Parts: sequence; C-alpha cells; structure tokens
Amino acid sequence: MTTYAKPVFQKGTTKVLGHPVTRLEDLPLVTGRGRFAADINFPRQLHMRIVRSGQAHGRIIDVRADNARAMPGVVAVWTHADIATLPPIDFRDPAAEALKPYRQLLLARDHVRYVGEPVAAVFAESAALAEDAAELVALDLEELPATLDASAPPGEFGPGISTEALVLRQEYGDVDAAFRAAHCIVEADLSVGRHSGMPMECRGALGRYDAAYDIVELWGAAKVPHRNRDALARFLGRPTASVQLHEGHVGGGFGIRGELYPEDFLVCVASLRLGRPVKWIEDRFEHMMAANHSRQQRHLARVALDAEGHILGLADEFILDQGAYVRTHGARVADLTLSTLPGPYRVPAYRGVGHCRLTNKTPAATYRSPGRYESTYVRERLLDIVAAKLGLDRIELRRRNLIASNEMPYARPLTMNGHPVLLDSGDYAALLAAALDAFGWDAMQAQLRQRRAAGELVGSGIGFFLEKSGQGPSDNALVSVDAQGYVEVVTGGASVGQGFETAMAQICAETLGVDYRRVRVVHGQTDRIRFGIGAHASRATVMTGGAVHVAAAEVRRKALALAAELLQAPADQLDIIDGVVARRDAPEGASITLGELARQYAPGQDAAGHGTPGLYSEGWFHSEHLTFPYGAHLAVVQIDGQTGKVTVERYFVINDVGRAVNPKMIDGQITGGVAQGVGGALYEEFCYDKMGQPLSATLADYLVPTLHEVPDVEVMITEDTPSPFNPLGIKGVGEAGCSGAGAAIASAIDDAIGVPGAVTALPVTPQRMLVLLRLAGKPGQAAL
Amino acid sequence: MKPASFEYHAPGTVDEAVSLLAEFAEQGGRVIAGGQSLVPMMAFRLARPSHLIDINRIAGLDRLSVEAGTLRIGATVRHADIEAASHGGTLGRLLSEVAGSVAHPPIRNRGTFCGSLTHADPSAEWCLVTATLDASIVARSTRGPRTVPASDFFLGVMTTSLAADELVTECRIPLLADDARHGFYEISRRAGDFAMAAALVAYRLSNGRITDARFGLGGVETRPRRLPSAEAMLAGAKPGAQSFRAAAEAAAAAIDPMEDSHTTSDFRRQLARAVTSRALERSLT
Amino acid sequence: MTATVDVELHVNGRLHRISIEPRQTLADALRDNCGLTGTHLGCEHGVCGACTVIADGRAVRSCLMFAVQAQNMRIVSVEGLGDPGNLHPLQRAFIEHHALQCGYCTPGFLMLAAATLQQTPDIDDAALRDVLASNLCRCTGYKNILTAVKAAAAEMKARSSR
Repeated sequence: MTTYAKPVFQKGTTKVLGHPVTRLEDLPLVTGRGRFAADINFPRQLHMRIVRSGQAHGRIIDVRADNARAMPGVVAVWTHADIATLPPIDFRDPAAEALKPYRQLLLARDHVRYVGEPVAAVFAESAALAEDAAELVALDLEELPATLDASAPPGEFGPGISTEALVLRQEYGDVDAAFRAAHCIVEADLSVGRHSGMPMECRGALGRYDAAYDIVELWGAAKVPHRNRDALARFLGRPTASVQLHEGHVGGGFGIRGELYPEDFLVCVASLRLGRPVKWIEDRFEHMMAANHSRQQRHLARVALDAEGHILGLADEFILDQGAYVRTHGARVADLTLSTLPGPYRVPAYRGVGHCRLTNKTPAATYRSPGRYESTYVRERLLDIVAAKLGLDRIELRRRNLIASNEMPYARPLTMNGHPVLLDSGDYAALLAAALDAFGWDAMQAQLRQRRAAGELVGSGIGFFLEKSGQGPSDNALVSVDAQGYVEVVTGGASVGQGFETAMAQICAETLGVDYRRVRVVHGQTDRIRFGIGAHASRATVMTGGAVHVAAAEVRRKALALAAELLQAPADQLDIIDGVVARRDAPEGASITLGELARQYAPGQDAAGHGTPGLYSEGWFHSEHLTFPYGAHLAVVQIDGQTGKVTVERYFVINDVGRAVNPKMIDGQITGGVAQGVGGALYEEFCYDKMGQPLSATLADYLVPTLHEVPDVEVMITEDTPSPFNPLGIKGVGEAGCSGAGAAIASAIDDAIGVPGAVTALPVTPQRMLVLLRLAGKPGQAAL
Repeated sequence: MKPASFEYHAPGTVDEAVSLLAEFAEQGGRVIAGGQSLVPMMAFRLARPSHLIDINRIAGLDRLSVEAGTLRIGATVRHADIEAASHGGTLGRLLSEVAGSVAHPPIRNRGTFCGSLTHADPSAEWCLVTATLDASIVARSTRGPRTVPASDFFLGVMTTSLAADELVTECRIPLLADDARHGFYEISRRAGDFAMAAALVAYRLSNGRITDARFGLGGVETRPRRLPSAEAMLAGAKPGAQSFRAAAEAAAAAIDPMEDSHTTSDFRRQLARAVTSRALERSLT
Repeated sequence: MTATVDVELHVNGRLHRISIEPRQTLADALRDNCGLTGTHLGCEHGVCGACTVIADGRAVRSCLMFAVQAQNMRIVSVEGLGDPGNLHPLQRAFIEHHALQCGYCTPGFLMLAAATLQQTPDIDDAALRDVLASNLCRCTGYKNILTAVKAAAAEMKARSSR
C-alpha cells in the first residue's frame, strides 16, 4: 500500500491546479459544433426503431410484423426469432450466479415484463418511416397481472424462480445486544420514490461494420467504453481489436447512460447482418420507459442509542424495487446502500439486509450517488428523530457520533463493491463547524424562530454525507509532446459533460510545465489506448488524473534529462515554464523548448542514452483504495400551508474534496447535483397506474426542476484532508451535490412543521405535504 | 416522435380555409395556428390529422383591436401580443397580466389566444378568462358565421361545441369598466406548468360594496365556468376577509372536482379554496 | 409517407432550398437538411427548450413548427450567433462563467437569451429568471447560466452605449 503525503510533482509555474480556469470543452459546444450521437450520419445508414410493449406483463403469443415488412422503405423487421441465438445482456462485473435468470434479452421472447420492453426492431430508410412501420407491428399478448408493489410478498418470476432476486446482507458487531442495552430506540419506515437521471440528451447508438478492415464500430458510446468494448466483443464472438467504440459529445449521463442496453447490441448486430450502418436515436417518450430508473427503496430502519446520545447499533432492512430485470449493475445499488448506511458516524454494531425484488416496471440501476442518496436520507432521518426523542439538538447529536480525525484511516468491517471499507481521511467535526459558521446556522435558527412566531411555516435541515469515489484498481494514460511543443494526453476515460478533458489537461499542464490550452485530451476512443476505466463513480479525476500525473512526470523527467545535457546544467536546477526549459535562477538565459526536445527525441536523432524514442510516456496509477469525500447539505424551506408547495429558500453545500483541480467545475458539479437532489425530494417521480401503465410519460408529467425550483446553491469547497492514497490527494466530487439532498430537505420540512420524522416518503409533493400538515395539526395555515 | 404524415395547406383567405375544412374535416383535417398544443399531440401521434390547414398566412386574422365596447382578438393573435398590448383599458391590463402565466415566453411567441380556446384544456388561462368574462367566439364555416357565447363553447376536457369544419376567426370580450377591479391567481407545480387550479375575479365597487361580480375557476372541473354561488357571496358585500372567505368556501363546495392518480378531489377543493382567496386578495391592490 | 414539398428556409443569412415532407419539423429540417446540427432535440414535445431558435426576432421552439411554416421567416440558429473567431458576448460569457457542462441544452439557452436581450436589453433580474425558467438543464443547476446571461447583457449594453 503506497501512501502519498503530498504531491510528488515539482510545481511548474504554469499554475493551473486549483484554479477555476475556463474549460477546453466549451468552444465547440457554444458554437453548435458539438457531435452528439444524433449529429453523426453515415452514408446509406438505416434507422432503427424499437417496437415496445404497451403492456406491463404478459405472455407473448405472437409478434406480427408482416405489414411492417411490406412497407416501402422498410428493409427488415426483427423479432426474437430473428436473433434467437444471441444471449441475454450480461452483468458488467461478476455478479451472483443467482441473478442470471433475471437478465434481459435483446428482444422479448416468451414474456413482456414492463411497458417499454423491446419486442421488435424495425430497420428503415428514415426515422419517420421506421416509426410509421413500427406502428404496424402487432403484439399479441395474453395479459398477466402486473406486480407493482415490491413490498408485497415475492411471487413467481418464472417456474421455480422468485421475484425476490437476491437478499444481500452485511453485518458486524452484536446488533441484538446493542438494542437490548439501549437507552433509546427509534424505528422508522422510510421510502424514496422512483426517479432517475433524465439527461437532456436521450440515448443514441450507431453501429457500423467496416468491411474493409473487418471492424465493428459503435458510435455514441459513453461512460465505460473499454468495458463495453470487451463485452461487445465477447457477445459478438469477435477479436477485441476488431470492435471499436467511439464516444462523441455526450449530453449528460448521471449513471444511466453508458451501460449496455438492448439497442446498443442491436445496432451492432444489425450493421453486420444488413450490411449498412444502423442509427438509433431514442426519443423522450421511449427514454422515460426504457432507460434505467433508480432510487425506489423502502427501509425499515432502527437505531439504538445510550443515554448520552451515542449510537450503539443500527439495523436496517430494505426493499429495492428493481423493476422487470436485473441489468448490467447486478446488485450494486443494494450493496452500496448497505455499505454506506453508517456514513461518517461511529456505529459499533450494524446489520443491513437488502431485498432486490422484481416488479413490472422499467428496470432500475445506478443513478448519481447510487445507494447513498437513499442511505443518507434514511440515516439522517433516524438521527433527526432520535435527537428529538432524547431532547438533544440535531447538530449536537451528530457531533457526538462523528468519527474523529485522529481515528483515520478508519476501517469499517463492511465491503463496498468487494472493497473493504477504509475511510482514508477526514475531519468531519471541523467540517461541520466550518459549515455552520459559514452558513450562519445559529443566526438562521433565531430568524426562523421569529418567522414561525409570525405564522410562517419555515424550517432548516441538515444532511451530513459521506461519499465514496476513486475506485481503482488501475488506470493508465499516454502523454506525448510533439515537435511543436503541443501535448497530447490519451486516456481511456470518458466525458459526460463534467469537464474531464479540462481536469486532465490541468493536471498534465501543472506537472509538465505547459499552458493547459496546449494540451489535447483524448477519451472514449477504444482504438487509441488499450485499457481504460471510463468515467463513473467519481473516479476519473483520482484514477485517470493519477495516471496522467505519473505519465506527465516521466515526460518531464525525460525532457529535463536531455535539457540538462544540452544546456549544460543539472536537471534539478532547471524548470519548465510555459513549455520552455531554462535555469531556475536564469529564466531569461539559455533555454530550449519542449518542441525542440521532442525533435531531439525522434527516432534516429541524438537522444541516445535517454530511453526509448519519443518524448512521451505511458503512466499507470494503481490504487487498492477508495477515497471518501464528505460534507454536509444545509437547507432552508418555506411551506405554503394552503397549497402544500415547498419552496427551497436557501441551500448550502460544503464538501471536502481532498484537493480541488478546478474549483469552478466542482461548484458546477455540486450545484447540478443539488438540482437533481431537490428534484428527487420534491418533484420527480415515475408513477404507474394499477395496470402498470407509466403515468410519467412526458416531461410535462416528470418534473425536472427549472431555474425557479432550484435555489442559488452556495458551495464551499475545503481541502482539509487530502487523500493519502493518490499523489495529488484528490477525492472525487461528481456525486456530492446529490448525496445529502433528500436528507436535508426532509429535515427542513420536519423543522418547519415542528414534527421530527414527519417526512417519511419522497418526493414530498404538495398533496403529500398537505396531508403532513393536517397530521401535524396545521391545516390551512397561510403562507405570506 | 415524428408525426404521422399529412398534406399541408396554407390558404390566403378565410373563405379558402373554410372550403378546405369543408373538404377535409371529415377525414381528419385540422386547423393549425400556433401549433404549441397541436404539434406535441402530433408528435405523440395522439393527433393524426391527415390534412393541416395553416391559417398563419391569412391577412387580418392577427388583429387585436377595440371596437364598440369589445376587445376583438383575431385567430392568429399570439399570447405574446396580448402580453405586450397597451390598449383595451382595464381588460387589456388584466389580459396582459394573465398572459404572463401562459406557459413560457417561447411558447407565447407562437401560441395563439384562439387556438388555446379551441384546444379547450380545462386548465388553460384563456378558457377561464373567456368563460368568466362572458366572451363570445366567432366561428366560420361554408355555412356562414356563428357566434357562440363562452358559456356554451366549452363542453368538457378538450371538447368544444365547434363543428369539425368550423374555423374560429376571432374572440370578442366585452371591455371592463374603467374602475373595474380584478384578481387572478393560479397554482401549478412549476412556473409555466398547466394550472392545477386558477381563479379569476372582476368586480366594481359602488359605495364601497361589490357589484357586477364575475368569478370563475379553471383547472378544477372538466371546463372552466362562472360560479354563481361564489359570486353571490361577493355581491353587495364589502371586499375583505369575511366576504372573501365566504366566496372561497362557496367555490370549493360548488365544484365537481376532477380527480386523477396525483390529485384527489379533496386536494383539488383545497386548491380551489386557495386560488379563490388569493385571486380575491389580489383584487384589492 | 406523402410527397415532398420544396421549401426555402432563410437561416443565418443564407438561403437553403430543401425538399421535405410537410411533417418535417423546423428542428429536423435544420439538422438533417441544412446540415446545422447545433439545434438539439431534447423532448420533441415542446417542454425542454433545447431546440430554441430565433424566428423573425422571437425565440421559438423549433420542434413545434413544421419547416413548411417557417418559409419567409428569418431564422437564426446557434451557428448564426457567432463562430470561434468571432464569438457573441453570450457565447463568451457562457465559457467565462462555466454556464455549460454537457452542452446539450446550451444552444437552446443561448438563443433564448439572445432573443430576449435583443428585445429587452434592460431586462430586470426577476423577468430574466422567468425567461430562463423556460428551458431545462440537467447539469448546471442554472446558477452559472443566469450569471453568464447577466454578464453578457451588461457587456452588450456597455457596447451599444459607446
């Protein structure tokens, strides 16, 4: 285990690390020159349109496609029979054998299990034609009752196969003894509603078979291109090198884009069989019933405390509404929920049991801060409730239970995606204090008390979160300098809009000593680099950033080694500033540019003795450890007592990120995450009727917050406790904005109505809020 | 979500337009003006007109004018035009204020007042306004013109008394008195969303007491309408907490609320109460 | 499928003569027939605003218009706002203030803002928030978009008063 006390690079004076520099990604995007999947076109391409089940559950009697096939402009219509030899979609990582029966086929064979499930694929000369033809495909079904309540006793998925796919369990310590010894026990039945990422760009994929070189290409890849490339190659039975994935611009991912879905496989297979490129662009109506859902969990959670308010034990049993199939993530969300529930607190005994249950809804998987949005909400709710029961201030109760900084690194006997949980670094108490101070918490309490005395329904809430990021085990990067001094960084990373290129360029620039704007970053092209981890679970800055740093440091070393010789000065007396190598004490004196050095490193030139030709290096960064960023959300809400509308008046997030590469990008990530978190707490929900028909079928029903619903988020970034597990001390930040939002808003609503634990279900729609008000004995109270 | 195919017509006169309607209405021909409600329905293929008759090129339909005590709103007058208009006196000011609640600015730039009426979404602001202020809707067909009072025009959700081959050419709203008071309030999940409930009140004061009261609710029943029982609570009363509360209770009791999976009738009634109170409060300023 | 019609679209100061089905929306015509893929489709039912362009000086949702309806209108899409060598103040401000992340909603916001500032250069904070609440963004949380538009408005005002 290697730990890093501080960064190992020499700071070049092209200082960009930690600076809010503008992004390299932006120019094409603000001028309409981006290339998203729908913007890509190939000569002679066909358009694919998926025919989807209109029923939630049924046995397929027949899929009649003859009328569709007969339409002019239609080249083919496939049902399962046409692709019967193709296997179901496998899991991204090795998953429990028990989950295999729940995998989804590309096109339904015997049963349909959710509205939106693909049953046929139409290939036609235009998207409109394909849609016309799709309407002519008739699905004959024997309708079956729809299972919509995951809390109901499990039923039958298939002969001998239960709708309870898996029960996960993690525990340590003696939970039963803890509860027996408790001075105070609180139990709560808490749920989070079904919602998901809802990126502004729907999914899209283009498959093209390049017969000239026997290469299958998938365009419109995202998130984990190399992993997907490997899966596709296996699926198609082709050499890995004969399958290439290309990521263009991506309109947001949030966890739900980038997994392999039926459509991705279908465009590849179709391009091979039909001999023409195949383009598939999802529309929003489809997206809402076909792209991964998330978050729907119901928890029965209990916490036991001693008389001084110390947690003795935590027990939780939850049901995760998995939807109709288990997709590429296997049981990951349940595992993350279980392993993150204790959070930043000292929990001597813990038992978590998670039930993955199948229902006749769109399948669910990961969505930004998966498992943590839910577990943070549950845990923080319990703490609010038990604080009130003990007569302790909510903040004080948390203070008493936060793990102390001198206990770091803190080992917790749980595993997360198979990794032992080892909290790397953190000073939670200091962060809490800083948050309250910066927010003006005490003054706010006084203000709110006054406003409540005047009749307003206003309150404040807190959600302390512990995120996880930086999962390894390894990543690599290639850094090279060309003859003009431009730098190219090739990574196996991916961009969903989060600023990946800029972050890598900043790290490279700072390490090497160049202007970050002279650095080009390649990502998402599996043919440019052999291995890659993509970008997800907030790991890119840590892992790929680490690899970029290692590679850039080696390029720097090679440059200085040669420069030392050419400038007749010891390498340690040289510095690189804006791509120019010169003596530190004589920057205006003799110098040589990186471009010139690169020319000297070309094959055949006189750089003998300095290693392989080329001023470039491949860097690897390995880490066995996760990093754990942490922070808190503080919210103030106002409730309209007559209509139940909840307005978020103020929102503050503090996040310790270890080391900030670009504070403005971090602020953006957090603010965007809060918008989604607020959405899940108050607005967004996938609802179904009794027959399993989706009621949230358009963006008019599924309420993505607009500018009016999202408060002006105040963001405070701290770098108190860099991670000891990577050279730059970085912890990932992609998910923090979401993580504590459900908890903080629920907490604030409770406070506004004076009933700790009032909020038990998200989202708190106006109708549900009025019910809570009635229960709290505050009906009809007017908002001013 | 591409629409089903259709034939497109762009007539230059009302006569041409109604001839086309006479020819194609039976087969599913429809008028398109702003398209802000129709085109989304076509995108979902819920509406599949075989012929679209685009009236945007017809001269004179975009007239917004005051004549003989009425405000005349032509069929292609946009919500944005009404928002920006500076004539029409008190009525004009009321309409301008309400226009700001119609969807969002880009929708208002294309969508039309009359199109909103023919679409007859129970939560549409203009349906509420016309029903409450006793507007009339003028329609033309090859059979000639017909004037329909708003109270007879809206029959139910997305349903009007228009025949399939009739074209609405204008809406006429009687001007309000110079000293008329008004109040409008609407509740929606997010700003610009369709209203879950909306209320409009207009009245005058005579010796400090309410006279000529008109009150209507939208978004709570299958069509917007005046509520006489609420108006009765206001007539002859002093504007203030007591009469307003009575009107709100009467309104909530009078309606037959729409229910759906998100909205119980209790909740709808509570919203009716709230919008009534708030619209009335606004009439004081 | 119906017969195609010949349509002339005036986009960004250029004339495009295209042959399309009447059902082709203005958004799809821009993207597929005029080679201007900067205008994006986020929902195709007029809610998200990603497809916003300027038609005769007003912001409109191009997914809610048929291309045949847009003849004789002056259309400006994001490609006509400015280019890398000559950015519009809004484009510069969006970069400066990190008003985009994935960039998918960005053209819609730029055109919405451009039309608004053209019509109402002195727009106040509340009115501007109302306007920007027309469009959806899933990445930024809107804070930086508001800041960027205000900054651009100030710059454009300063310019025009010189």
